[in-house]
Amino acid sequence: MSWIKDIINPKTRTWEDFYRSRWQYDKIVRSTHGVNCTGGCSWRVYVKCGVITWEMQQVDYPKLEKRLPPYEPRGCQRGISASWYVYSPIRVRYPYVRGTLIDLWRNARQLHDDPVDAWESIVSNPESRKKYQQARGKGGFRRSDWHEVLDIISAANIYTIKQYGPDRILGFSPIPAMSQLSFAAGSRFLGLLGGQLLSFYDWYSDLPPASPEVWGEQTDSAESADWYNSKFIVSMGSNLNMTRTPDVHFIAEARHNGSKFVVFSPDFSQVSKYSDWWIPVHAGQDGAFWMATNHVILTEYYVKKKTPSFNAYMKQFTDSPFLVVVNKGDNGYDAGRLLRANTLERYKKEENGEWKFLMFDEESQTLKMPKGTVGHRWQTQKGQWNLELKDGLDDSPIAPLLSFIDNSDEVFEVNFEDSANDNATVKRGVPVKHIETSEGRVTVTTIFDLMIAHFGVNRGLGGAYPNNYDEVDQIYTPAWQEKFTGIDKETVINFARQFAETAEKTDGKCTVIIGAGINHWYHNNLMYRGPITALMLCGCVGKNGGGLGHYVGQEKVAPISSWKTVSSAADWGSAARMQNAPTWHYINSDQWRYEGPFSKYASLKGDNEWTGAHAADINARAVRMGWLPFYPQFERSSLAIVKDAEQAGAKSEKETVQYVVDQLKSRKLRFAAEDPDHPNNWPRIWFIWRGNAIMASGKGHEYFLDHYLGTHSNKISDEQVSKDMLKEMVWRDEAPKGKMDLVVDLNFRMDTSALYSDIVLPTAHWYEKNDINTTDMHSFIHPLSEAVPPNWEAKTDWNIFRTIAKRISQLAEKHLPEPVKDFVCTPLEHDYPDEIAQPSIKDWARGECEAIPGKTMPKMKIVTRDYKNLYNRFTSFGPDAREKGIGAHGVHWPIDDMYDEMLQTHPTTKWNGKTYPSLVEVDHAINIVLRLAPETNGESAYRAFSEQEKKVGLPLKDLGEGNRGATVTYEDLQRQPRRLLNSPCWSGIMTDGRAYSPFCVSIERFVPWRTLTGRQHFYLDHEGYLAFGEHLPTYKPKADPMLYGDFTKTQKGEEKSVMLNYLTPHGKWHIHSTYYDNHRMLTLSRGIEPFWISPKDAESIEIVDNDWVEIYNDHGVVVTRAVVSSRIPNGVGIWYHAPERTISIPKSPLRGNRRGGGHNSLTRTRVKPVLMMGGYGQFTFHLNYWGPTGVNRDAHVLVRKLKGEPEF
Amino acid sequence: MDVRAQVSMMFHLDKCIGCHTCSVACKNIWTDRQGTEYMWWNNVETKPGTGYPTKWEDQEKYKGGWEPQGETIKLRVTDKFRGLANIFHQPYLPTIDDYYEPWTYKYSDLFDAPAGDDQPTARPISMVTGENMDINAGPNWDDDLGGSTVYANNDPNFENLNDAEKQALFEIERLVFFYLPRICNHCLNPACVASCPSGALYKRGEDGIVLLDQEVCRAWRFCVSACPYKKSYFNWKTGKSEKCILCFPRLESGQPPACFHSCVGRIRYLGVVLYDADKIEAYASAPKEKLLELQREMILDPHDPAVIAQAEKNGVDFSVIESAQKSPVYRFLKEWGLALPLHAEYRTLPMLFYIPPLLPVLGHVDKKGVYNVDAEEYFTSMDKARIPLQYLADLFAAGDQEQVRSVMEKLLTVRMFKRLEEVDDVDPALVDSLLKKTGLTAESCEEIYRLTSLPTFDERFVIPPMHREYAAELIKGDPYTFKSEAGIGGFKNTPDRGL
Repeated sequence: MSWIKDIINPKTRTWEDFYRSRWQYDKIVRSTHGVNCTGGCSWRVYVKCGVITWEMQQVDYPKLEKRLPPYEPRGCQRGISASWYVYSPIRVRYPYVRGTLIDLWRNARQLHDDPVDAWESIVSNPESRKKYQQARGKGGFRRSDWHEVLDIISAANIYTIKQYGPDRILGFSPIPAMSQLSFAAGSRFLGLLGGQLLSFYDWYSDLPPASPEVWGEQTDSAESADWYNSKFIVSMGSNLNMTRTPDVHFIAEARHNGSKFVVFSPDFSQVSKYSDWWIPVHAGQDGAFWMATNHVILTEYYVKKKTPSFNAYMKQFTDSPFLVVVNKGDNGYDAGRLLRANTLERYKKEENGEWKFLMFDEESQTLKMPKGTVGHRWQTQKGQWNLELKDGLDDSPIAPLLSFIDNSDEVFEVNFEDSANDNATVKRGVPVKHIETSEGRVTVTTIFDLMIAHFGVNRGLGGAYPNNYDEVDQIYTPAWQEKFTGIDKETVINFARQFAETAEKTDGKCTVIIGAGINHWYHNNLMYRGPITALMLCGCVGKNGGGLGHYVGQEKVAPISSWKTVSSAADWGSAARMQNAPTWHYINSDQWRYEGPFSKYASLKGDNEWTGAHAADINARAVRMGWLPFYPQFERSSLAIVKDAEQAGAKSEKETVQYVVDQLKSRKLRFAAEDPDHPNNWPRIWFIWRGNAIMASGKGHEYFLDHYLGTHSNKISDEQVSKDMLKEMVWRDEAPKGKMDLVVDLNFRMDTSALYSDIVLPTAHWYEKNDINTTDMHSFIHPLSEAVPPNWEAKTDWNIFRTIAKRISQLAEKHLPEPVKDFVCTPLEHDYPDEIAQPSIKDWARGECEAIPGKTMPKMKIVTRDYKNLYNRFTSFGPDAREKGIGAHGVHWPIDDMYDEMLQTHPTTKWNGKTYPSLVEVDHAINIVLRLAPETNGESAYRAFSEQEKKVGLPLKDLGEGNRGATVTYEDLQRQPRRLLNSPCWSGIMTDGRAYSPFCVSIERFVPWRTLTGRQHFYLDHEGYLAFGEHLPTYKPKADPMLYGDFTKTQKGEEKSVMLNYLTPHGKWHIHSTYYDNHRMLTLSRGIEPFWISPKDAESIEIVDNDWVEIYNDHGVVVTRAVVSSRIPNGVGIWYHAPERTISIPKSPLRGNRRGGGHNSLTRTRVKPVLMMGGYGQFTFHLNYWGPTGVNRDAHVLVRKLKGEPEF
Repeated sequence: MDVRAQVSMMFHLDKCIGCHTCSVACKNIWTDRQGTEYMWWNNVETKPGTGYPTKWEDQEKYKGGWEPQGETIKLRVTDKFRGLANIFHQPYLPTIDDYYEPWTYKYSDLFDAPAGDDQPTARPISMVTGENMDINAGPNWDDDLGGSTVYANNDPNFENLNDAEKQALFEIERLVFFYLPRICNHCLNPACVASCPSGALYKRGEDGIVLLDQEVCRAWRFCVSACPYKKSYFNWKTGKSEKCILCFPRLESGQPPACFHSCVGRIRYLGVVLYDADKIEAYASAPKEKLLELQREMILDPHDPAVIAQAEKNGVDFSVIESAQKSPVYRFLKEWGLALPLHAEYRTLPMLFYIPPLLPVLGHVDKKGVYNVDAEEYFTSMDKARIPLQYLADLFAAGDQEQVRSVMEKLLTVRMFKRLEEVDDVDPALVDSLLKKTGLTAESCEEIYRLTSLPTFDERFVIPPMHREYAAELIKGDPYTFKSEAGIGGFKNTPDRGL
């Protein structure tokens, strides 16, 4: 055809160089994004003419097993827009201070030569303090310089330490894994200072409390390549292609390998598209579906037929054969606590006998005490902490009996709660056995028998059992669940059969991928225990291709042991103040004042000591009983209190501790948690870095604005709700406004938190700094690297905190010249013998037991702070690491020889005549972490496994032997990501390219779970769980919106409005708030985060696609545009988490024509009190492991059309 | 037989996750300049939907592509004669509203706003006028069924659906969507090339990439109208049109195009195919129902000695022929018959092929209001698919349902075959009957699976040697001089505006 022009001769095509020269570049540098997304993607950053131009994914990940698809490429639409930020107009290029404050400061400095005096003059004057607080967030930034901002920050810190104590200084930075040393910079600084570090994983509601409940583990998930090994994959509450963008190909690829994929989602979500079955369970009701699924599995795979592989798994790897005492109560029989070994004569002398438990041995027809329980873990004799089915006393074999169905002494009708039916009780027959103990006869049954009864599987034992799957009113039949889930019973039955059938055929290759769509509900722990139960029943946990994959928050700091030492400044013996954020914010931002009894919305009768209480009261008890931390600790300074003790005659640490205990007992000293509104107890200085603490993660954002910042807020809720129902808390009629003296934000972009802070420090972009990154989505460690030096006046986080430390050291020469003693309280801690501190709940303050630090109350000790040498300590790897070794998750090993070797092989610092491995530069810190961590150093791994082997008493060293010589440096990582080594700090086995899947060491090497029984728990026998009715996996309905407290003051008004369940799942165009303001992402979305609404709901308020709407409740108001879509169900509105208030938000006519808010303007914190329990097995505190989570999914809103044109 | 080499492409839509990483990869490198803000050489659309520019498939509106005229075909928008007559008047050009008015924000307000009584926010402003603007269109406006009642409802591909089928696509229990990533198809019969009065567009002889010479272009914009895929765009700053260049500078250095490299769903494949250029006119002019079959026939077997001989005679380097023998596109397209062109009825002979998506099985809501999945099998079946076959046929098979059905059945067969092998809980007889029905074998199932699920970077992208040494020789007389001087003299200037 003549009209098609083919040109071959390159000479006539030299114009093509136009595009060729665009492609040419000068340098490629490997980096990644320090953002909380779990992606952990390795990128090449292109530098051309000295500037960063664009990025592309790296594709050189080491290969896993050949039969698995490769990991390349990793990196999504958001990651590939990161280069936009570097030179963008939203980039923070210089230090900024709000004009009101900088004017006050400059005036004060004219009057006061000393910066500390200048700061005091500003904050001790209520008028000037109020003036700059009220200006927060309202423009008026002024460019400053580093000298000036360092002076303000350092003076404020010195002043606060002297005036109130260091624990009034706090820092928040989320998710270290994404840029581990950038996090460590601030946490190390605070650790040395005596400040507090807020948790994040629980606050973000990313922590699944069911994981510590069942497995004693924070979260342990398979790497995404292991999805490919699965033959039946379920995704629930996890919109994989939105949130696991670089991983979802493994699902598609598994499907073409014959795997089935089922998606649960109330909307036809993005991931629904890939499913074989889409199951539109009503929002928040997935728990009911799984309860019925378990009913079917138990019926068909345990009762109608026996499935040998399932049974064997249950006996060895779950708590199901353990014996539970059945008690006679006022209203019949109740399941109680685990039968303790020391109640039998045979085991009476056992060490920790109260923490060892019993099974019925089928062979000998006697009770046996298996090894591997928490009692064995912390006993003197090592080597018994394993899952062999052997008796701990005489090593005799145990054949655990699962059920007394065939040899019961009697059948008791036991009470089971039906929470969905107004907390009614059903009585169901359970086979029991009578046991003679040293305390008389007790009646027991197995956990398995309780489960069978609870799930309503009829074995002809009498009581309120359903006769078939069709019974609508009996918990937990397939027909019963229909009214909650909206899903037909046939779908449930078919689903359960395919799930169990696949597991049986493949030895457990069923995977449930679960996410924030589930984990953000108030009853998330119960909603998780549903599918976890199914996975345990089908023997899927601890298998490649099987188990629960919770991918919410990049929580996995792979080199955890050495990193923790550096980041918490443990190398200087600093007992860092680690604070769980959810209860902290609940109390300190005064959100507790706005809520009544939680039993109203939590499906509880509220008829016992615990469920009838107020959450703030329970927190106060949790703090004094050592279950949870709370800082500030006391109404008095933690420095002053040591001086008080000394003045009262205390001569040693022990006597000082006793002094404090006595003061507490006599109520002369109060915990700050009991009186958070007293000015002495306010948090004063807040460092925010790597996160958006005020907006994106600030549940109850408007409460933050009011009570923390003292600026304007759009909430209208009633602040006096809890006034008359508190027993432990001090009520102050006026809630304080503006508790914080100074908010400092380190940022490279002007996000909402920066906008509301007093000082914004320009920090390096991810392409301008060196760091390391790991995730649970893959098993590699790889770097962030400096492609160009920090632009303009930016500094790296490491450099910033180091520099602040230096200036504080200088000021301390005058103000705090000598080392000072700091009294530090810490809660009882998981993976320490603290786990066996409190066999039952006893409150010393009520005289129920002695007040013993570390046993019935927090641990207490004195730490020496040396402010003059803050900088020296910050920049030196301290001697405590050498003396005490390192470790994590209960494994510890010595490193003294490695420390000494580093003095020869690594850069060093020298001060006061001593030499230390250097931490001056971030690269030094990275190389220390890599040198010591078992995941990156073969010798460390071998050593750590050797230690673990001693505890477990079974061979484990071999897991570290093969790679014993492996080492890796930061430079190595810049060349290629490295696969992590096997490590006893984790639970997968990755030998020979095997994909990481959690708990394989438990199944294959019999290493116990870090729980009470050492097994996976169906049953939680803690007294608090019994009180809350959560001892068995159960279903509780989601909160009634009218009882939840979102609408106490909000009126429907004249305009048409519609009430919707307010869902804020993770979105497509941002990772939390990062990238939200990115021009690329805003262009590809709708220039805003619109509110998704169904056509019918839209019609009811007379709006069409792209109309502006106001969304509101008591907590605040949002103004955005609507996107009307058929894929959204009626009654639900989706506003993808987490838009910024900084971009295109009009004012709200509804709330006085003030600027509309962000997604957290419509939320308020609720803390689930059962998750505050502690000091008992896996229910023992560890930061980001245990404690209530920042739930938000139960919230409801009203939506109406915006009146008139939007005003900006 | 006129054997030529074409770098050809395949997108596996079942794997597409709609993330748009490809779009951003392209934008970062190629269209981040003034004049190109609104261009997305690579974009991803939600189907059903109207896409970008909106309703681009509505050729009544845009007059793109070819239409039959007697024995042959002609451009819908114009022929040479009419073209000259209408040279200053282009009634079918998409307007800025059909694309979108590019915008940014007044970010500086966040830093510079004076102290006031409320929080500052960065308002949207037009990148064209700099004024405040109200955003009501974008390059991805109906993503994920956003505004479905307005956009999906106006999908031009709904034309052949009956009312019930159409209605089902708006009921939450029954609806579905999928993603369609689009770049220039680098067609064998490109309407853009044919339409250009200046002769600025051409196909590169060695690889078939369609380029638009930035020095020759005279801003007639006929390519914009003529391209039925709307993949040629006018740069208002330079006054030249621009389009996807298949990242030829990357291909020339052995790297796949940026959008391919960055595809995190791993849906993209690239490789060279050999075709018979003698057939272009006849096959592009064939009856609609023949188009698919003939286009596939045009692609030649790179193992056939006769084809090889003729290719070599035509100057196709043997290394390129070897590369064609390893081309994953060839395998999906010819060997397994799984890949289909987009809107073959536009008759441009597009060289980008798609595997249509498998989609979840239907469900329904009964009288009680409860939802039931309409299947008991492990996987979906054609009869209970959510998307009407006709819809897919109108996209990928010039309306021929059987072509699409055949592809879907093959994909299901591979899954069942692998399920039997991996889990052993399906009836072997069923798998046997599926193999017989689709003509697949155990061996081909395994190979399809491997290339779908396990391919490495180098297996997905088989880039032919570009032999730039020949170009260097031709341009500078000897390649050493070329090497010594490459890059000297600075970067190429931007093209001058206008003539």
